[in-house]
Amino acid sequence: MAHVVKSSKFGAFGRPVLAWVVGLLFFFPIFWMVLTSFKTDADAVKPEYLLFFKPTLENYLNMTQNYDYWRFASNSVITSVFATIFTLFVGIPAAYAMAFNPSRATKDILIWMLSTKMLPAAAVLYPMTFLTKSMGLYDTHFLIIIVLSLINLPIVVWMLFTYFKEIPKDIIEASQMDGANTWGEIKEILIPLAWGGIVSTALLCFIFCWNEAYWTVRLTTTDAATLSKLIEGNRAPEGLFFGRLSAVSTAAVGPIVVLGWFCQKQLVKGLTFGAVK
Amino acid sequence: MGRIVLDKVSKSFDKIQVIPPLDLTIEDGEFTVFVGPSGCGKSTLLRMIAGLEDLSAGTIFVDNEDVTQISPAKRGLAMVFQSYALYPHMTVRKNIAFPLRMKKMDQFEIDKRVEAAAKSLNLSDYLERKPGQLSGGQRQRVAIGRAIVRDPLAFLFDEPLSNLDAALRVGMRLEIAEMHKRMNTTMIYVTHDQVEAMTMADKIVVLRAGIIEQIGSPLNLYHKPKNTFVAGFIGSPKMNIFSGPAAEKFNAYYVGIRPEHTTVSMTEGTWKGRVGVAEHLGSDTFIHVHDTGLQDVITVRIHGDISVKNGDAIFLTPQIEQVHKFDAQGLRIE
Repeated sequence: MAHVVKSSKFGAFGRPVLAWVVGLLFFFPIFWMVLTSFKTDADAVKPEYLLFFKPTLENYLNMTQNYDYWRFASNSVITSVFATIFTLFVGIPAAYAMAFNPSRATKDILIWMLSTKMLPAAAVLYPMTFLTKSMGLYDTHFLIIIVLSLINLPIVVWMLFTYFKEIPKDIIEASQMDGANTWGEIKEILIPLAWGGIVSTALLCFIFCWNEAYWTVRLTTTDAATLSKLIEGNRAPEGLFFGRLSAVSTAAVGPIVVLGWFCQKQLVKGLTFGAVK
Repeated sequence: MGRIVLDKVSKSFDKIQVIPPLDLTIEDGEFTVFVGPSGCGKSTLLRMIAGLEDLSAGTIFVDNEDVTQISPAKRGLAMVFQSYALYPHMTVRKNIAFPLRMKKMDQFEIDKRVEAAAKSLNLSDYLERKPGQLSGGQRQRVAIGRAIVRDPLAFLFDEPLSNLDAALRVGMRLEIAEMHKRMNTTMIYVTHDQVEAMTMADKIVVLRAGIIEQIGSPLNLYHKPKNTFVAGFIGSPKMNIFSGPAAEKFNAYYVGIRPEHTTVSMTEGTWKGRVGVAEHLGSDTFIHVHDTGLQDVITVRIHGDISVKNGDAIFLTPQIEQVHKFDAQGLRIE
């Protein structure tokens, strides 16, 4: 890396090239997946049809006609949207309290929250499965919303906390002096001032919820099954059908890629926040 | 009405007591200034009155009502912050209207009051601007507008002028003083600038390390400082305070003499010294005199202009009736 920084000639020419290489490297699997999704299962494994083949929509038609893609998709939308709303609903007041009325325990609580992310999910798989089944929550939207909310809450609180910390305390205090109650402070001052941060947090949370596969696959069968489950289900017992699998995967990541594309600016801001002061 | 009483109020942060138990009464309509060096607890005290800081012990009364446990929103006090603390996402109009909107006042009345406040503060042309598009002085006016619009029981000012440049500061100082005369509402004003304290206050509270050193009118503090700290803090340039044999001649441990209470002669006087730096202000001349044997430098203030050069021999004579005497503990001897 050292000579990359030193040589300005390389910097002007080499860096964009490097960026393109890295970019293409990351993009290639997605490109390949999309390409494969337009091949028949038979063509997909034939080397002679690597790049040139007769495109077909067969896989997509099959997916919507036989697999009920729209039900999985609507489940993904429902669980991700409501989980994101619920997470923010809990996360905003929590982060507000810690940012503006910290106690001696605030730092420890933040670390403790983050530490829950270190718990291997597999460790609680059995308790979770039995508990949810005995409570009658297994394979319900409610359960998936709660689970998605809980696993994302630590990250959301952390992100919101850092955003809220940027707001001068004086402004919050001024609103208290001006007669605003706690809800007034949050609604009139905090949310408008941290709007950018809240939006990027919400986006990130939504993406995490959408992509979540461990719990959504294991805690659902049909009613609340999301797109992750659909992909998982196409890892068919009869063998791998690459065309079909690619079509399902493309349809599953498609919405989030489009969303991400439109919100690039917010996302980058959200992800690099606090990294450079 | 706006009579504020602090009864044995104290504050500790993590076992460190920043304000030992303290009693203070601020009468209705009084302009009280808390003054002291930075870190003396004056802002903490103000924030405790505002309700932004919890009390460790004691009680605060506003108009005989115990407000100790009442939230800042419900105490009926308005505050102007050092940083102005305007709401950056709202226009000037919305900033000023905010406290009224929180009171759920009807829109017609809000508009009327905002217009009136803006007019009195020369902000009428800026009502649709955001705080980011205003100068420091205008922002300060908006902050004041936001405070006056709701007719509070008392105003709390936390070093409101320290972010302004010198010329603007003098103008705003006058405006706040005039505003007080006009409204006759209780005001508590925190500053570290003794000039602000002297020019604005009805009553000055001098604080050091959370302890009230003296309470009194500006002239009372100037003429009769209770101890060497107040003597040195109030007045500009600072009072000259010295001890040793020269002080013993006055039957005191410490002797203080203000720069303006010393007469100067080039030929004769009580103390002989050598001119260091002379600061010519036109109306006055400050001469820093060395080698008097009293203390390192003695400052003298001469009315008008005087031509002295660095190194000139100079004689100083104190005006005996203006000499302040203090004992070994630094307390005033009458």
